[in-house]
Amino acid sequence: MVKQEVYRSLGLKDEEYQKILEILKRKPSPTELAMFSVEWSEHCGYLRSRKWLRLLPKTGKYKTLIGEDSGGIIIDDLAIIFKMESHNHPSQVEPKQGAATGVGGIIRDIFTAGARPIALLDSLRFGPLSQAYNKYLFTGVIDGIQFYGNCVGVPTVGGEIYFDESYTGNCLVNAMCIGIAKKDKLVRARANGLGNPIMYVGSSTGRDGIGGCSILASHEFKEGEEKRPTVQIGDPFTEKCLIEATLEAINTRYVVGIKDMGAAGLTCCTSEMASAGNSGMDIELQAVPRREENMQPWELMMSESQERMLICVKKGKEEQIKKIFLKWDLNASIIGEVTNDGLVTIRDDGKIVAQIKAHSLTQAPIYDMPYRKPRYLRELNKLELSKIPEPKDYNKVLLKLLKAPSITNKAWGYEQYDHMVQTNTIVLPGSDAAVLRLKGTSRAIAATTDCNSRYCFLNPYRGAQIAVAEAARNLVCSGAHPAAVTDCLNFGNPEKPESFWQFKNCVEGIADACRSFNIAVVSGNVSFYNESPKSAINPTPTIGMIGIINDINKACAQNFQQEDDAIILLGYCRQDLGASEYLKEIHNIMKGNVPQLDLRLEQAIQKAAIKAIERGLVNSAHDCSEGGLAVALTESCVSNKYNMIGANVNNLNYDMRADALLFGESQSRIILSCSKDSVEKIRKIALEFKAPFRVIGKTGGRVLRILEAKEELIYLPLEDLFEEWSGSLNKELEG
Amino acid sequence: MRFGVVVFPGSNCDQDCFYVVNDVLKQPVRYIWHKDTKLDNFDCIILPGGFSYGDYLRTGAIARFSPIMNSIIDFAQKGGIVIGICNGFQILLESGLLPGAMLRNTTLHFICKYVYIKTENTKTPFTNLCKKNQILKIPIAHNEGNYYTDEAGLKNLDKNRQIAFHYCSADGEVNKEHNPNGALANIAGIINKQGNVLGMMPHPERSSEKELGSEDGLLIFKSIIKWIGNKS
Amino acid sequence: MLEVKIYITLKKTVADPQGLTIKHALESLGYHNLGEVRIGKLISMKVNSRDRKEVGQRIEEMCQKLLANPIIEDYTFQIEEVK
Repeated sequence: MVKQEVYRSLGLKDEEYQKILEILKRKPSPTELAMFSVEWSEHCGYLRSRKWLRLLPKTGKYKTLIGEDSGGIIIDDLAIIFKMESHNHPSQVEPKQGAATGVGGIIRDIFTAGARPIALLDSLRFGPLSQAYNKYLFTGVIDGIQFYGNCVGVPTVGGEIYFDESYTGNCLVNAMCIGIAKKDKLVRARANGLGNPIMYVGSSTGRDGIGGCSILASHEFKEGEEKRPTVQIGDPFTEKCLIEATLEAINTRYVVGIKDMGAAGLTCCTSEMASAGNSGMDIELQAVPRREENMQPWELMMSESQERMLICVKKGKEEQIKKIFLKWDLNASIIGEVTNDGLVTIRDDGKIVAQIKAHSLTQAPIYDMPYRKPRYLRELNKLELSKIPEPKDYNKVLLKLLKAPSITNKAWGYEQYDHMVQTNTIVLPGSDAAVLRLKGTSRAIAATTDCNSRYCFLNPYRGAQIAVAEAARNLVCSGAHPAAVTDCLNFGNPEKPESFWQFKNCVEGIADACRSFNIAVVSGNVSFYNESPKSAINPTPTIGMIGIINDINKACAQNFQQEDDAIILLGYCRQDLGASEYLKEIHNIMKGNVPQLDLRLEQAIQKAAIKAIERGLVNSAHDCSEGGLAVALTESCVSNKYNMIGANVNNLNYDMRADALLFGESQSRIILSCSKDSVEKIRKIALEFKAPFRVIGKTGGRVLRILEAKEELIYLPLEDLFEEWSGSLNKELEG
Repeated sequence: MRFGVVVFPGSNCDQDCFYVVNDVLKQPVRYIWHKDTKLDNFDCIILPGGFSYGDYLRTGAIARFSPIMNSIIDFAQKGGIVIGICNGFQILLESGLLPGAMLRNTTLHFICKYVYIKTENTKTPFTNLCKKNQILKIPIAHNEGNYYTDEAGLKNLDKNRQIAFHYCSADGEVNKEHNPNGALANIAGIINKQGNVLGMMPHPERSSEKELGSEDGLLIFKSIIKWIGNKS
Repeated sequence: MLEVKIYITLKKTVADPQGLTIKHALESLGYHNLGEVRIGKLISMKVNSRDRKEVGQRIEEMCQKLLANPIIEDYTFQIEEVK
């Protein structure tokens, strides 16, 4: 028997070890034990999440493609492949390389499907910048993303950055990549065809990240643990060469299957490709290019060295494929071949060191985790409005909110990313969604990432639904039809019933919302154990969504375009102070009920907005989210510094507290601006969909002015608004 | 009128340059692999932006020894038109086809944004369609755009009218506030003494179509086409 | 086997904002009385030869040709026996 300390140190539980004994009917070799430990880790095997992920819809209004490592949709003859993945734990330990390798990894999942990567987005969350270590993480992660993304030539076009105390001790780095291909050029991550050679391409194998995924991502951070040696270093130059070589190789049609060596490296590639192809593989480790001496079989199987892939090549065509990789100065070695015995056989100089049924490795046990609603939620969901004093000076409040790190302008970050390379970016970072043209067609894609984790903490089910609704709303504001979702689910320790209850409810919320919008979840990722001794993170089910703009000339941005346009509000304002940024930033309260979400109302306003935009009637569209109506209006006024336009909003007649009207976060609201003669046409469209419609004011002047029942609540010059909104992050980081 | 776009390992903007010449301007264009040792019949060679060799050692330092560079140096010495954009400019500096060197941005950050540049010399193959002092809106995206040369070098550039573009404000004011990277004297682009080689940090291929935000970059490509048309 | 250590530094006449930033960071950590701080590169190389003079000449050439940019960089190097 293998000693308990040995398999436990690899992250395997007693029951799991017992299962391994049952499967093999003998004691596992060290290499076999290592292989099981990484394939059955939570990060690779999804043991605790698989049961609930089955709820997510795999079909929707657009034709979907679900591959082994990524997924997408088909539009005409194009496939749009996309996926979001987390790299949280490595980034907490070494922010620059953690973020960089996260970017590298997600890009590889896209081009190994045969799609050229055309865009990156990243959703980032940190603890408050007032703490030095959080500042270090934030600047390090941005540096890592620019270091990798810029060099590899894929534009980083969007994303989000949030700050919350719950992320101190466990930051979140979720990277999303989008790629396009002609639909008949896609490749699967599988090994087929008896005797087909298995080729290793890319960088040599070293001792990077050994045990990274099984140890790092499957357990919480304990105080003072030294995890630095298990983080890998990214090489974006090699990856760029790999992109070109791989796409060239796939073009030859001699690539039967290809897969990135990500978490769990060779183990994951060999077992998953064989399992997906219902075949087996016989691998000779001596043929694996290595850059360190005396590497043991288990080290080679567990290594997470970056920028490596495995290709199943059509027999007889090895030299042609090799030639392409050698042209780009990349390693290309045959390390084995496909068998038909369903086994993954690993040899070291001919001697078998591991032999396991591929399906046994890839079908990790499914755990049915217990869950329980946290008792503290009942108290937290109560909010006594009478105890919250109304501010005397709303101007001061708005200026303060504009400085709030989660609301303030993020140009400090995105100006470090090359967001223009590949010349597809039509709407640059800073708007509701990024818009990328599809060259050779009249269409464009819009993309966004969204999640308000405070909502998810206070009400996981509704918060997750809102994440989906908000992503769709953001896309609609750019003139796009919401098309498909990738999700990156970040949660605490699933072995704690209260954390698992959050996960289960968020998954259910996403599933229900996606079904309501008739969009599929085509790919995704789960990251558990995001906890430090202080606390778990807020439940953070990040939604990455893409939409289709049918006519690129009708793409829309969030900023007012000209003076004297009418400003229209689609939707209702309710007294929704609960869970708001205003409540937190101004009153230091994180309580209340998450604003209601009526999916039918949401769809009504989205359909009305999109029809108006497609008819060419709309000059700008922006949704209301954190900070409410006042912040949304500010952003429409000042987000284009070369064309700032004021607004006079004087037709808001709601019977509620002024702070709720200005800063409350009622859902399902979109602000449109249009020329005066389009107002009636848009009103008719709103009526058609039963979307609440109200002209609330008009654009113009150098001031933002908001009145309610003749009382002037906000009067601020554009320069003051711009200064608070755009300068705060710079001051915080470099002041 | 034939354009060639050189591709080094790590070039990123080769396809963007190809697209402008081929799809927007509808001119014949071919890719040139960096390992080629001979140049076919080209009228203009484009060294595109990107991170050739990952910018390892120094940006452009390794690319300048690629086999194709001998032919390009030869082509330039014989009067051929060469334009180096961003990393291409850096490679031209390292190879000695242009004087000076590139340092890291003084902000120590990569910077990607639209800037304004002022056309200083309109009697070049690259700017003959620009009006005197015309202001162009073209984006930059770089880590090392801080152009440097010594005092004597700067005097020469001025004397020989080798400064093609200065970073400036939207109204054409050349000052420190509108210098994005610390470049000496706000220099955004220069030509060689002969006048047939241009290096510029901003990316004209990213501002050659209205839907991308500016068409000013197209003037540079069109100027090249006109110049070569006149010559033949 | 000889081991070569090549130090590449920015010329004195060239501004070094990275060095300055590092200096300020050190000062904010409480390290005072610091003079100028400059940042450079170290390239270490093993050479299969025992002829110091010949290796020295080769390294000079490498530095002038590729490893340093003479417009903005200076270089020095040390050669040692590998123990």
